[in-house]
Amino acid sequence: MKRRSILLAAAALGLAATGAHAQGTYPSRPITMIVPFAAGGPTDVVARIVGEHMSRTLGQQIVVENVAGAGGTTGITRAKQAAPDGYTIAMGHMGTHGAAPALYPNLRYDPAKDFEPIGLAAGTPILIVTRKDFPADNLKDFIEKLKNEGPKLNEAHAGVGSVSHTTCTLLASITNTKFTRVAYRGTGPALNDLVAGQVDFGCDQIVNLVPQIQAGTIKAMAIATPERSPSLPNVPTTKEAGLPEYQVSAWNAVFAPKGTPKEIVQKLSDALDKALDDENTRKRLLELGGVIPDKPERGGAALQKLVESEVARWTPVLKAAGVTAGQ
Amino acid sequence: MGDIFSNLGLGFAVALTLQNIALCFLGCMVGTLVGVLPGVGPIATIAMLLPITFGLDPVGALIMLAGIYYGAQYGGSTTAILVNIPGEAASVVTTLDGHQMARQGRAGVALGIAAIGSFFAGTVATVIIAALGAPLTRLALVFGPAEYFSLMVMGLVFAVVLARGSILKAVTMILIGILGSTVGTDLETGQERMTFGFPFLSDGIDFAVLAMGLFGIAEIMRNLEHTETRDVVRAAIGRLLPSAEDFRQAAAPILRGTLIGGALGILPGNGAVLGPFASYTVEKKLAKDPRRFGRGAIEGVAGPESANNAGAQTSFIPLLTLGIPPNAVMALMVGAMTIHGIVPGPQVMTKNPNLFWGMIASMWIGNLMLLVINLPLIGLWVRLLKVPYRLMFPAILMFCCIGIYSINSATTDVMAIAVFGLVGYVFIKFGFEPAPLLLGFVLGKLMEENLRRALIISRGDMMTFVERPISAGLLIVAVLLLAVAVLPTIRKGRDEVFVE
Repeated sequence: MKRRSILLAAAALGLAATGAHAQGTYPSRPITMIVPFAAGGPTDVVARIVGEHMSRTLGQQIVVENVAGAGGTTGITRAKQAAPDGYTIAMGHMGTHGAAPALYPNLRYDPAKDFEPIGLAAGTPILIVTRKDFPADNLKDFIEKLKNEGPKLNEAHAGVGSVSHTTCTLLASITNTKFTRVAYRGTGPALNDLVAGQVDFGCDQIVNLVPQIQAGTIKAMAIATPERSPSLPNVPTTKEAGLPEYQVSAWNAVFAPKGTPKEIVQKLSDALDKALDDENTRKRLLELGGVIPDKPERGGAALQKLVESEVARWTPVLKAAGVTAGQ
Repeated sequence: MGDIFSNLGLGFAVALTLQNIALCFLGCMVGTLVGVLPGVGPIATIAMLLPITFGLDPVGALIMLAGIYYGAQYGGSTTAILVNIPGEAASVVTTLDGHQMARQGRAGVALGIAAIGSFFAGTVATVIIAALGAPLTRLALVFGPAEYFSLMVMGLVFAVVLARGSILKAVTMILIGILGSTVGTDLETGQERMTFGFPFLSDGIDFAVLAMGLFGIAEIMRNLEHTETRDVVRAAIGRLLPSAEDFRQAAAPILRGTLIGGALGILPGNGAVLGPFASYTVEKKLAKDPRRFGRGAIEGVAGPESANNAGAQTSFIPLLTLGIPPNAVMALMVGAMTIHGIVPGPQVMTKNPNLFWGMIASMWIGNLMLLVINLPLIGLWVRLLKVPYRLMFPAILMFCCIGIYSINSATTDVMAIAVFGLVGYVFIKFGFEPAPLLLGFVLGKLMEENLRRALIISRGDMMTFVERPISAGLLIVAVLLLAVAVLPTIRKGRDEVFVE
């Protein structure tokens, strides 16, 4: 793995040094990056930040096209059907390339087989949060409460198949608990009712939670990453708080349609790699609470492994919980 | 109080730099343009322009993006008045009397009063945000699912009570609208409802698609049938600006519309859509001769337009004070802020006072600019009506297709407006008004979701709607309105809200 990444880095350096002459004509026109969610969401923000730097490396603009719908599967289906010429790529994520096969029985793509993986872009950690006056101050007490009076507690999520929904399904599965689930249309309204105390808790991506936690309008129980987040140094990891099995992150990754030429995939992969090494890009991703993949986690091969393991992980959890969408 | 002045001073110092004035102007211009073009809404535009703002400093970028948003509100009424196409839910009401005014040769007056009303509402709303933004945030937090459901019930009763003539036809249209809003993936269970297995229906019917079909395309078909009505519009353009008498009639509606729209705009979950409808209902109820409504009453344009703009401005309150977006455009603003390294939250006001007060000050400047942009343009817009219809309708059709495609880049949406256009034409032929359908469609979704949410939280106990004081109050108002409608003596005075 290590050797490979060194080779990659060398290749990237080589490309950068020789400039545009080296690799023929690709890209000779703007590249469309399909983001399968509405503009402004976490995946969209990651795509735009990374895409901006990649545009500079490739010498052609990467244009973000938001094709929202059906939990992101509409946009990814379109990406699968696009011409495999490197001019259409997509930003997939944990839902579209992990949970979707279990959620959507009629899914028209196979996350592991229908794409050329380009590389992991950035992940956003998942937090378990409660309303500010919830009668528990740490994860242990919280899970105790969940076990004793689960059905009485209300969990807010952003709709079936959303990150907040699937990650809390995983929490229920790992802790073997049941609670009342309340669906909202998007994370905004769900967060509103959590801040207002209309509901008890939720699981969600770090991005919009940080300011609320810092202001004390909601409480964080734990963060589901191996290490604490620099944005929230006081919030313990699930490992520290006694639930080490609960490790989950909403990762975002770039894919090209199956059959895209190898050298184009490599070029895109190198451009992504370079973006993730860029100081300014890193800073912006970190400000969002994002986790930037280390060298061994980058590139197509690592992404392929991740997709396979995520599909294998989510399928039994979601099937057992009986959640499906789009039936 | 002194605080507010020093804060506003800071805000104006930020907003009045040459760069920010230019960006504000640019945003307002672009916003007006996309508002005028049917279908191209602020969401698509802001999403497209996001990359351009990368190089700007965050305050300037957000001033520009906010300008696009409220500029589009101004522009949207132009299309509603001139060609009877509501770009979004808020301008459905404007088509009712605004387009009638245009047909009577008073297009200039309608556009003028809409711009002036919007400016007044924008100014008041800006002051409200500056002075009361933080305390008003509480309003967004006391409105839980139960209160929201009751508010929607009240909204629907408004429509039923005041629907004219055949109340049966109005109720039918509202019910069809509600039925239409249930199409798509069920939020709680993830099951698809009434999609007949079509993937493009799995996210439901898009409001813009429905509105453009029922209003825009159907209107074109009807106009092609009655070419003579177009000639009337062309013949008499009339005066361009409102007269003193117009102002006298419109003053009170503008004031009331501002208050109603401003209050509803603060609510989470897009409460602002109710503003224009509520304002129209109130004006009609207060009018000495309600029958003028739907036939070109200036109050029916002034009130709702003010409510619309006030709501557009106050919907920034939850975003700026709580960091929680109340609707899709605000969600996009959150994205824009995060891209610029400002994560919106309760501390934006204290952490980024430049941004907070700069944006507020720029809103007022933007409103002033919009007034200046719009008033001289009225003559130009009105002259557009003189364009022969054989040239106008293909242009409208083309803009509709481009606009609708730009929302989701989906060809099925373009075909859907054709289908809804046909449906709308049939409705018109049989004397059914499309406006109640759109109101039912907008409120239906919010109503169903909040009903189920409230019942899940109360574990199925219906009492939750009467035990919570705000919810109970809203339901009492709804019942009273209904009772008023049912009493036969008062019923005589009932007239229609929804008239072409």
